[in-house]
Formats: sequence, structure tokens, C-alpha cells
Amino acid sequence: MPNSPRPRAFCTKLVGDFTSLVGASRADRWPREGVAWFNLAVLLNEVDYARPESVAEALELLAQHDNARALAGGQTLVNVMKQRAASPDLLVDLADLEELTPITVAADGGLELGAMATLADLIGSTEIQERRPILGEVASRIADVQVRNRGTVGGNVCSNDPTNHLPPLMVATGATMTIAGAGGTRTVAAEEFFLGVYMTAVGPGELLTKVSIPTAGGTGDGFFSVTVGNEGTGIVNVAATVNGEARVAIGCVSAVPVVVTSRPDDDSVREAVRSAGLDPPSDVHGSGAYRKHLAEVLAMRAVAHARSSG
Amino acid sequence: MREKTIKVEVNGQLYEREVEARRLLVHFIRDDLELTGTHVGCDTGNCGACTVLYNGDAIKSCMMLAIQADGASIDTVEGLAQDDQLHPLQQAFSETHALQCGYCTPGMLMSAKYLLDSNPSPSEWEVRKAIQGNICRCTGYVNIVEAIQKAAGND
Repeated sequence: MPNSPRPRAFCTKLVGDFTSLVGASRADRWPREGVAWFNLAVLLNEVDYARPESVAEALELLAQHDNARALAGGQTLVNVMKQRAASPDLLVDLADLEELTPITVAADGGLELGAMATLADLIGSTEIQERRPILGEVASRIADVQVRNRGTVGGNVCSNDPTNHLPPLMVATGATMTIAGAGGTRTVAAEEFFLGVYMTAVGPGELLTKVSIPTAGGTGDGFFSVTVGNEGTGIVNVAATVNGEARVAIGCVSAVPVVVTSRPDDDSVREAVRSAGLDPPSDVHGSGAYRKHLAEVLAMRAVAHARSSG
Repeated sequence: MREKTIKVEVNGQLYEREVEARRLLVHFIRDDLELTGTHVGCDTGNCGACTVLYNGDAIKSCMMLAIQADGASIDTVEGLAQDDQLHPLQQAFSETHALQCGYCTPGMLMSAKYLLDSNPSPSEWEVRKAIQGNICRCTGYVNIVEAIQKAAGND
């Protein structure tokens, strides 16, 4: 899910689609007495829906249909379908897969986040508060209450919108993603998981099931962002960890989070980000030069916070 | 499946309807159940006018499919007042002039109810945080925050 779902020329798209949508309505959906005709507008293309009861069944459905999409919280996918940016033939709703929702502590003390854990679950988890509170703090800065009640960890990382908050946080903390497929499960480091805008290592017929966060073990965490409005779309977001060395992951400046490591003092961090060759895009929210400047400043702040919280 | 008969409890009443998989929950509530208190504002998940309680949690019903809600319990703004008795939040909105055009009000009320259900005595900051997903273009929010605090007995 994006940090704030955005309209993206949605009005033009809606007007363009409107005639065809109404024209496609079935005869028995034409007006009932007293109901205005425009109430019949539907916004999504026709789609099939399945609600599997096990991960195995979900994988089978995803593998059998070329244009199937996993539906987690739907806080990105439903909007993307309205815009016709995606028109899946089949939605595989993961809502009943209870094995994907828990947040647990692994034998080594690390955290295991089920892909279907919601952002609200992250905020309310005592395991997270005790072991790696940054996860709850960042989740509480994503969008708003309603979106956090539905949006999931898996949805946020798998949609991989370059402005999402969780991708840089996962990369900075050294998370590992568990991906299930027909041939069993495999694990991918967060740094290799994010492949491009809206693209991840989860392939056709596969499903992200779990995100593992290593135990803090003296590591301090920090996260700073500049967003549109208080908690809207990211302009630049930076996650940092400090354990001797500083590890910084910068979001919104490239298709995937950019990793920079350095000594943890301010000057070293600034110099490391400055020499990372960032070439961020410009858009209505900020120029590339401004984003580059923010990347340096937010990296220093995130590392400073991480230094003091380790 | 492309269509399915779903059972949903809305404001304590059980409804059984056939829905297309592509039907949004907000359209199901408004057009199929004819509960038009829940509004469609932006239809992109930004404005919060479509906020309802889904199994007790505030959600935006334009970002969920009706078919997903099979078996769920939903509360909409129509469920707030009991007979002729306004809900304390509705009474406080009225007394505090917390609405002008009223378009955002159903969503504001449901977000406020969600807050007070878990936090009966919120601070001003907590109120503001709780209605962050609800946009009002008339009031500037001051009276809305005041109304929610008044309903909570914090005024």
C-alpha cells in the first residue's frame, strides 16, 4: 500500500471509462424505480474472486492463473484496479490464511512478521515495542487510522511503491523475506528483494509469507522522512541502523532503496550520502536537487537517532 | 467465482445479497442496501467520507470489495442514533457546529466512534490523529475536534 493513496489523473480516467461501464451493465442492473441511473456505475473491471483456506491452496490458484493477483489489505490494489493500472482476472484473497497474521519472536530473538499482519498490528505489538520499536513507530506514520487497519506488511513491501516507508526500513534493518512457491520456500535478503518500481523478487505463482527482522543486539534504529502533509506521500524517507558502523537506506530517490554505509558521525554520513551519486527524480512535490539535499539531512538525523537509541 | 451471495450484518440487521466480485463495499452499502448515509467522496482512499466500522475497526469502504465482507459485521452512521435519541457524538456535532455542508460528517462520526470505543478520554492530539484520514473542507476541524472532546466529556 502507498503511504497515501494518490489519485493520479484519476478523474480523466473515470470520465473516459464511464460510458463503457454503464454500457456494459447487464439489463437486470438497469434502474430500479426511484434509483438514479448513475448509482449503477461500477468502477472495477470484471474479476474472479477466490478465498483459499491454506497457503498451499493460494499458491495453486496463483500458479494456475497467469493474471492472478494476491489480495492482502487491498489498500493499494483496489485503487490500482480502479485506475486500470492493473486488471487481474482473479483475486486471491489471503484474508483467511491465519498462519500469515502473527507477529512472533524467533528462537534467536529476532522478530517474524506474518505478511498479513496489518500496520495496526505492528503498532500494537508488545513484542515489537520490546525488541525493535522502530517498526511500530514507522507503521504509525503511514497514511491514517483506516488505512493502517487494513494495510499489511506484505502489501506495503510487495507493492514497492518507491515512496513507501517500509522498503527502506526493511533494507536498513537487514530483514529477510520468506517467499513460498510450488517448489517450497526460499529466503531473500531485503536488499535483493526490491527490484524496481512496483517490482519485487516475488515471482508469478509465488507469495511472500513472512518478513524476519534480526534481533537488535545493541543496534540502534532511526527513521526520518519529509512527506506531503503530516503523514502523506514520502518526498524522501531514510531509515538507519547503527552498530559500530552506520547503515542507511534512502527511499524515494530511486526505483529501490539506496544503501549507504559509513562511520556513524554526522560528517561521515553526509559525505557518504553526497558521494553516493544520487540522481533523484523531480516531480510536483520536490526537485531532484531538493531530494538530494533532504537525503543528506535526513540521513544525518536518522543516524543521530540510531546512535542515541542503541 | 464472479458473483457470490454474501451475508453481512449491518447495524445489527442481517442482509443476504448477491454481489459481483468487483463491487466495492461502499456501493454495496449505498446502492444495494440503500443506506446512503455512508458517502462516496474521492473514491481514492484519501477523504474518509466512506468510513464505516468493519468488525469494529474503522476502514474506508471504497477500498474494500463487498465480497470480502462476507460474514462480517458492519456499523454505518445509520446505526448511531437510537430511535429519536441522537448518539452523544451526533448531539455534540450539532451543538458545537462541527459541520457545515455535512458531506464528511458520516465518516467523521464513524472515525470518532472508533476512537472513543477504545479511548474514552482522548487528548486533543489523539483526536486530531484519529481523524487524520477524514478530510473536511468547510470547518477547519476546530469545531470537529471540540465536538469529539465534548462527546467524550473532556470539554
